[in-house]
Amino acid sequence: MRRRKERIDRGIKVRSGDVFALCSWREMLYLAAPRMLPIVGLLVLSLALSVYWQRVLLSVSVFALLAISWDILAQSGMISLGQALFFGSGAYLAGIMNHYWGWPPAVTIPLATIFGGLLCTLLLTPVLRLRGIYFSMVTLVLPLMLVRIVEATRIFGGTEGLSGLASFPTRWVEIYLIIAALLAALFGFRRLMDSDFGLVLKGINDNDRSVMNAGINIYWFKIQALFIASSVGAFAGAFMTHVYLFVGMPVFALDYSILPIAAAVVGGIGTLAGSTLGAFILVPLSEILRGLGGLRIVFYGLFLVIFTVALPEGIFHYVQRKYHQFERWAEVER
Amino acid sequence: MSDFPLLGVRRLYKNFGGVQAIQDLNFELAEGELLGLIGPNGSGKTTAVNLITGFVKPAQGEILYRGRDITAWPPYKVVRLGIARTFQMVKPFYQLPAYKNMIIPLYSPRVKQMTGGKYGDRNAVALDLLEEVGFERDALVAYKAASALPQGYLKRLELAKAIALNPDLMILDELFSGLSLAEVASILPIIEKLRQQGKTIIMIEHRLKELFRIADRVIVLNFGQKIADGNVADVMESREVKNAYLGTE
Amino acid sequence: MLANTFVYGFVNSIILVLVALGFNLTFGISGVANFAYGALYILGALLSWVFFNTIGLPYLLSVLCAVVLTAVAGELMYRFVLLRIRGMVLSEVIATFGIGLATLELFKYLGFIGFEYSLPVFVDTSIEIGQVVVDMQRVFIVIIGIAMAGFLWFFTHHTRTGLRFRGIAQEERTALSLGINSDRVAMLSVSFGAAYAAIAAIVILPLGTINVEQGYSVLIKALAVCIVGGLGSTGGLVLASFLIGYGQTITVTYLESHWVMLVPLIAILGILIFRPSGLFGEQKELEERI
Repeated sequence: MRRRKERIDRGIKVRSGDVFALCSWREMLYLAAPRMLPIVGLLVLSLALSVYWQRVLLSVSVFALLAISWDILAQSGMISLGQALFFGSGAYLAGIMNHYWGWPPAVTIPLATIFGGLLCTLLLTPVLRLRGIYFSMVTLVLPLMLVRIVEATRIFGGTEGLSGLASFPTRWVEIYLIIAALLAALFGFRRLMDSDFGLVLKGINDNDRSVMNAGINIYWFKIQALFIASSVGAFAGAFMTHVYLFVGMPVFALDYSILPIAAAVVGGIGTLAGSTLGAFILVPLSEILRGLGGLRIVFYGLFLVIFTVALPEGIFHYVQRKYHQFERWAEVER
Repeated sequence: MSDFPLLGVRRLYKNFGGVQAIQDLNFELAEGELLGLIGPNGSGKTTAVNLITGFVKPAQGEILYRGRDITAWPPYKVVRLGIARTFQMVKPFYQLPAYKNMIIPLYSPRVKQMTGGKYGDRNAVALDLLEEVGFERDALVAYKAASALPQGYLKRLELAKAIALNPDLMILDELFSGLSLAEVASILPIIEKLRQQGKTIIMIEHRLKELFRIADRVIVLNFGQKIADGNVADVMESREVKNAYLGTE
Repeated sequence: MLANTFVYGFVNSIILVLVALGFNLTFGISGVANFAYGALYILGALLSWVFFNTIGLPYLLSVLCAVVLTAVAGELMYRFVLLRIRGMVLSEVIATFGIGLATLELFKYLGFIGFEYSLPVFVDTSIEIGQVVVDMQRVFIVIIGIAMAGFLWFFTHHTRTGLRFRGIAQEERTALSLGINSDRVAMLSVSFGAAYAAIAAIVILPLGTINVEQGYSVLIKALAVCIVGGLGSTGGLVLASFLIGYGQTITVTYLESHWVMLVPLIAILGILIFRPSGLFGEQKELEERI
């Protein structure tokens, strides 16, 4: 007699998939709980944490946004190794607008979001025609080169960067702005990726020829996805500029490229929620491990390898499965 | 509009490296015709289709659709004019249910244009279209994941995706390959129906018996060259065709 | 001045060829973009440093050991990581990138930074070419660079294993059906790429010190050359190397040295706009095989 594991949807999942879910508190709760968790959790955290850990929450949210941006690209078949490009362009644009023209954050952040997105999209559009890893190569190279250029040509403050930039009115504006942005991005883009538009994007990733054969201009769709993703990254950068009150070469650092990928891979690719979860695990972890210094990046690298090879599913998918399904051993006859 | 044939292919050449895949291909296709494109393996049939639909750029020559030069247009533009094709190797989105597979063609600008800017309820349209090609609605086949469907249904899905674009010219690339006789017999009426709706069809086929029952005209390719063109009876009598198929000289 | 530019531009170009050759070789054959390439480069240099200085082997022997061990590292990387995720581009990119990152940062953490970490030059003399004085190491770079490119050509065109390499590169499935073990060949291609990285490092790094940061800049250089030349095309690689190499040397001589980094960037942006598949790259047409 042999056994195998069987996975079966929980009854409550099946029932709550129906319109009658609205008749039962239990089932409504089942549906609402996973969605309420991040909202309530973030609000409670923002109030309960000390000032130091609030800062950490801030950078968690920023990295979660970068990871969401990475995930949107990955789902559309573009593997970015340079989220720092998006982050850095947003950061520098906001810094420049504030430093040279004196515009307040309320103006620089939206503008840097849009123009940062446009700039990155413009830079990367020619690569979209090529399949495979060209996109990864170019996105890896560009931010690393831009750093050198800023260093060499001493534009925008060169190695010193631009400092003394405008800050947010209060700490609370800072924290609630980024939380609101994170929640909006998480839920909004999840919805977008589940819509027919998102389906087309995923279709391009799966089988671009078949999508093209439906009379759909896949480049235009990829450009749109790229713009969305790079705007999200640029927003994160612009926001951080006004938190640090400084912008300089570190905004193009590898950290901003690697941590988001690690977050998405650890959390689980393809859901956006997984990326967010990954950021919530990795960023505080790296804060706790601050004493290890450079060794932290070694761990990120190892995380990337271990998760892609051994646990490609990621944490979120695992949790989701446990939530929706139960397992049991079933006997198999030979 | 009727001055021009629906499709005109003139002096088309294509080579892959040193291999001459298509050599001096010429033909015209009238509206409403059902053309069978046959030939031994590697004779350039699929390349011809790829050239017409823009997936491959020709080395020389031109392709005219209703008198309009569409040579080397990208595939998505060709589709918007009203040319839809199926692929020999079906590659549906396996994780998605069959009817969700229809969403992508239904999202096409071509469909938007045809329905006057409104897409309607795509899911409902998808289910209707799938029923048309034989996804029994009562058995809920359309809700099954594509990975769980047998080859026969996947080919029908491929056909339905092409039908969804409401094309004037349909190019069916080996629709029958890998299907049982019964499955072929059940798809034939669908093609008959498409013809009655006035669609022009090019079929690439190895199942000659079935093809000859419905084709008006047959073109035979061998080594990238057209060796015969005409109605079924004439073509099969021609000596070159026998040579090409039987390999004797 | 002109002669100077010519000679040093030539050396600079050959350095780029050397740096990019291994990356291009691996990609051209197995389609694996080895983002751990920079790490293998530094690994090769550090290994030969350790063999020479810590263990005290003769220089030639330590170089040999370092090259072989780096090749083994490449092989292990394929066997334990890449083999399991072959064909999934997303996983390949992330895994190789992760390995490279972890290795380089580990070296940095272990403290392989400083002037003592430098490799000896092969022969400490210089010669005069025309009126230009060139040290022997640069001459070696040119000789070895040309030799390695030549060897690669000979190997892929005239040896059994090389022909298998090309078979896999052109049509993996057909090669499989002819009894070529595609996994073995891909593994060899990764370890060959690693050996090339190690040789490049051992030849080039005596000009300066072994700096872990160079792992990243070598990867950038290799990627830049491959993007401009067209992935998988050796001819394109050589041409792109000379374009960027001379571009940089001319920039240093006639403009200012800090504009150097602009040259590859402008080359990349230019090529992406006018010919995205690279100078000689054959953009994979979206085509279905008959």
